[in-house]
Amino acid sequence: MSDTKKLAIIASQGTLDWGYPPFILASTAAAMDMEAVIFFTFYGLPLLKKEIDAKVSPHSNPAMPMKMPFGSKDFQSINWPIPNAISGNVPGFDNMATMLMKETFKKKGVATIEQLRGMCQEFGVRFIACQMTMEVFGFEKEEFIDGVEYGGAATFLEYAADADISLFI
Amino acid sequence: MSEIASNLELNCEGLNCPLPILKTKKAIDSLNSGEILKMIATDPGSVNDMASWANRTGHELVAHTESAGVHTFFIKKK
Repeated sequence: MSDTKKLAIIASQGTLDWGYPPFILASTAAAMDMEAVIFFTFYGLPLLKKEIDAKVSPHSNPAMPMKMPFGSKDFQSINWPIPNAISGNVPGFDNMATMLMKETFKKKGVATIEQLRGMCQEFGVRFIACQMTMEVFGFEKEEFIDGVEYGGAATFLEYAADADISLFI
Repeated sequence: MSEIASNLELNCEGLNCPLPILKTKKAIDSLNSGEILKMIATDPGSVNDMASWANRTGHELVAHTESAGVHTFFIKKK
């Protein structure tokens, strides 16, 4: 069908918060009968690993609300003011924030990144891994899920040249 | 309003964006043209999202009702 809309996404970040949007948008685009391609480059590349180990870092995201996923509704709505000295220096702070975010997402009925990635593949979204970044950071194809294509800037741009929506995330 | 007869029912209660849309897409794929899907969701964003999804895909949003935060959609497959 020639009037099929095309979505082209570059996923350049691999933290838990930044890992979501590419998979949300690509899976939804496919559900809306669009074609979708995600090009994974630089820090976005680990999102293709079999086991996604994405974390969130409150220290580098000062506007991130810090809320608890348990307790009464009033307690859960408190936005805890965490000083930079704590978020940046306390060992394990990112792990704790990651755990809290995952728990919150689960309670709110948000899919996991792995789930959304699986649905993308089921819906025919194409994943392209940046070959250059793989060389630079020492990633092996064996570490990644099946069904990934490998290419460079030209591979992505060939597709993106005809895309209706292009996003850099 | 009397209940619209549906060929398939999909419960998306408690699920958040974009899961209701993704599951609706999968469910509609399993139907034949002209058949009706009944989808139930509690995500308030699903109201606008379902309308947009139907607009784009061409499936017809036959009806939408809301009761105590529970949204019921009837979608006719194109």
